[in-house]
Amino acid sequence: MEAGKVNNSPKILVFSTEKISDPAIDMAGLLKLHYPPTVYTIPVPCSSAVKPKWILHALEQGFDGVFIAADGTDCPYGESCTEKTAQVMTATQQLMKDKGIDPARLKMAAICSVCSEPFVKHVKSFTEYLKKPSN
Amino acid sequence: MKKKIGVYICHCGGNISDYVDVEQVRKAVENEPGVFLAKTTMFACADSNQKEMVEDIAAQHLDGVVVASCSPKLHLITFRAVTERAGLNKYNYVHANIREQVSWAHSDNKPGATEKAIRIVKSAIAKVNRSESLEPVKVSATKAVAVIGAGVAGMRAAIELAEAGSEVYLIEREHFVGGRVAQFDDLCVSTETGKTLVTRLYDEVMKHKHVTLFTGAEVIETSGSVGNFNLKVKVVPRYIELRCKEHQLQDAIDVCPVQVPDEFNFNITMRKAIYHNYPSEYPQLPAIDIKNCTRCGECEKVCENINFDQKTEYLNLKVGSILLATGFDPYEPKRGEFGYGEIENVVTLPQFKRIMHYSKDKLMYRGKQIKHIAYIYCVGSRQVDGENKYCSRYCCTATIHSAVTAKNKFKDIYNYHFNRGIRTYGKQEVLYDESSRKGDIYLQSFEDAPPVVEKKGDKTIVKITDILTNNKELEVEADLVVLVTGMVPRKENSIAGLLKVPKGRDNFFNEIHMKLRPVETVIDGITIAGASQGPKNIMESMNSALSAATKSFSIVNAGELALEPTVAKIDKENCEWCGKCDEACPYSAFTKIEYNGKFIAEVNETICKGCGMCLPVCDTNAIELIGFTDKEVESMIDALV
Ligand SMILES: Cc1cc2nc3c(=O)[nH]c(=O)nc-3n(C[C@H](O)[C@H](O)[C@H](O)COP(=O)(O)OP(=O)(O)OC[C@H]3O[C@@H](n4cnc5c(N)ncnc54)[C@H](O)[C@@H]3O)c2cc1C
Repeated sequence: MEAGKVNNSPKILVFSTEKISDPAIDMAGLLKLHYPPTVYTIPVPCSSAVKPKWILHALEQGFDGVFIAADGTDCPYGESCTEKTAQVMTATQQLMKDKGIDPARLKMAAICSVCSEPFVKHVKSFTEYLKKPSN
Repeated sequence: MKKKIGVYICHCGGNISDYVDVEQVRKAVENEPGVFLAKTTMFACADSNQKEMVEDIAAQHLDGVVVASCSPKLHLITFRAVTERAGLNKYNYVHANIREQVSWAHSDNKPGATEKAIRIVKSAIAKVNRSESLEPVKVSATKAVAVIGAGVAGMRAAIELAEAGSEVYLIEREHFVGGRVAQFDDLCVSTETGKTLVTRLYDEVMKHKHVTLFTGAEVIETSGSVGNFNLKVKVVPRYIELRCKEHQLQDAIDVCPVQVPDEFNFNITMRKAIYHNYPSEYPQLPAIDIKNCTRCGECEKVCENINFDQKTEYLNLKVGSILLATGFDPYEPKRGEFGYGEIENVVTLPQFKRIMHYSKDKLMYRGKQIKHIAYIYCVGSRQVDGENKYCSRYCCTATIHSAVTAKNKFKDIYNYHFNRGIRTYGKQEVLYDESSRKGDIYLQSFEDAPPVVEKKGDKTIVKITDILTNNKELEVEADLVVLVTGMVPRKENSIAGLLKVPKGRDNFFNEIHMKLRPVETVIDGITIAGASQGPKNIMESMNSALSAATKSFSIVNAGELALEPTVAKIDKENCEWCGKCDEACPYSAFTKIEYNGKFIAEVNETICKGCGMCLPVCDTNAIELIGFTDKEVESMIDALV
């Protein structure tokens, strides 16, 4: 994105998880909780499986932001998920800094299988953040 | 890369095409690399379309298929089966979710929705271009099912499961079985009373050696997943030993000085701290309500089998599937809602049923004889302002049935039904007819002008602008006002939180799809039955119980489950064993092996669960997850951007 220019419809890539956060995102649709259509989802088995390489690829190819809809403590693969997803975040944000990318363009929040409203809130506020010219 | 991909874009009747221009989507993707044919279809899941897909795949030798329709949670399996039927390995099928995540989510922005749908379909095409034929992974499944709740639904399910050949743990929170049905005498549309029905089911449950019933029991911790759930169950003691002398028990109840409102009678009567809900209730042993017991010791003096040394027990159970049948609560009207809690002769339908139970020749409440009864329908259901938008289904019939029963049982009963349109669906219509013939009076209004209950002196008046008599203002002087309260989800419903079972708009447990997958939840291995899923009468609860039992049984029956072949794969050339994958793996699926003069990691495919936790930790990027390879994910990203 060019500095100083307002981006009215920033694109966000969401890494959701098949068992936990993707059902919540589906339910947001079912409940007609609207959010910007520039939010796209790729479901993966677990949020701690997201490679930093994929996130960088998305940002470099033109996504304005990447949001990890993490399993949190509900992860069917065990408790270490929260910590490991956090490690993915830290490692990727370091790589982003090295490349001169604003680390705040990567966000993460735990989205449980019924967290439709929190999901919508997160992607809306993230969209607002990414709209600001300085970001 | 594929050469012959078939793409099918679904209208879903209008659920998708009302917001997404499906023809525009079709045009936008028909020339994508590898796409051989692109069609739109009214209902992709319809038999006719499935047949057409099978023909296309077989006749045109398609090597990849994409359907853009609802969530994969609904139809991924359906369309994988279609490709299999046509002789194509099912992992060459990719599903694009353009309903839940597009048309519904963005029904406020049609151009935006169409644009998003195009990109999602393109990314599915990108993924299928790189898909490979695979075989599912097998894991063992425990051949046991936990049924939570021993109401009519839970007991029916337990019997069915045991008969099919599964081990069953039937877990009931109360000390007695039967749920709500035990609270009602006469039932519609049945000649059996609630108690005889509960007794019959209980006897059948106890007959099966493969059913273990726990009462006073509750699941407090869960772990594991489909095929192998671990449950920690807390069992609270009754403080009374088995095989107690019956007269001593009655003596113990008689001497207990504690008096608390009896929830079984919806608080219209009091009970002791040592109690059973009715004589001959199952299991036939009273229990001590330890929260209200003062430990005065009076009962111990008259009954030698009281034992306060009994301890709370904790059990660990392993099951392959969990069936939830936790039922409902009756709606509790707010104070002042149609005079409830303020005018003394305003009661709820469940209370009315208990009042009838306790009346002998004359219908009595608070020492007064009841003759004129006003029933106000849809209290807590079909709310305009409140949260309960739904119809509770059972109540029209149960009310008319109660009114007719009152008329048959007691003298001089006059029934006035203040309704919003009677919904005695199916055979229950006969009852409506009977009540009308017996002279019951029906008065009706719309939701914007409900009846009003007022106290005038010592009289209780119900007023309505009756649409059946051309908006005449009518009023009835009632001895008793019965609020026909609907069903709401259980107040104490922590089990839902433990198992992360999603709730629907009505706050009851939510199935994946009302018609297509009516007893399954998005949590694999957890099924739902009875009124826990939404308002149901007994027959409907039993039917859903049979259905859920069959589903749960099909999960555990084979002793083995076919899981996604999503496992980690090592790039042998790039791997330089560092051990980080081994550290990250929660299942110890990695071993260190020698390969071409160096050490590398090897994946044990039967242990690997496909979580992918090992992927990001590999410094040389030598691990890929099948189905989520760099090529697949990055090509999807490229198509979405
Ligand atoms: C006033 C009234 C009259 C009715 N009359 C009729 C009628 O005449 N005919 C008819 O067909 N239907 C009637 N119904 C409907 C009928 O009551 C329901 O269809 C039926 O009770 C549903 O059964 P269930 O097993 O799903 O739920 P429930 O009866 O609610 O049973 C659920 C059981 O699960 C237990 N439980 C709950 N949570 C847990 C937990 N976490 N762990 C363990 N156990 C738990 C409960 O203690 C309970 O025993 C009536 C309903 C009302 C309110």
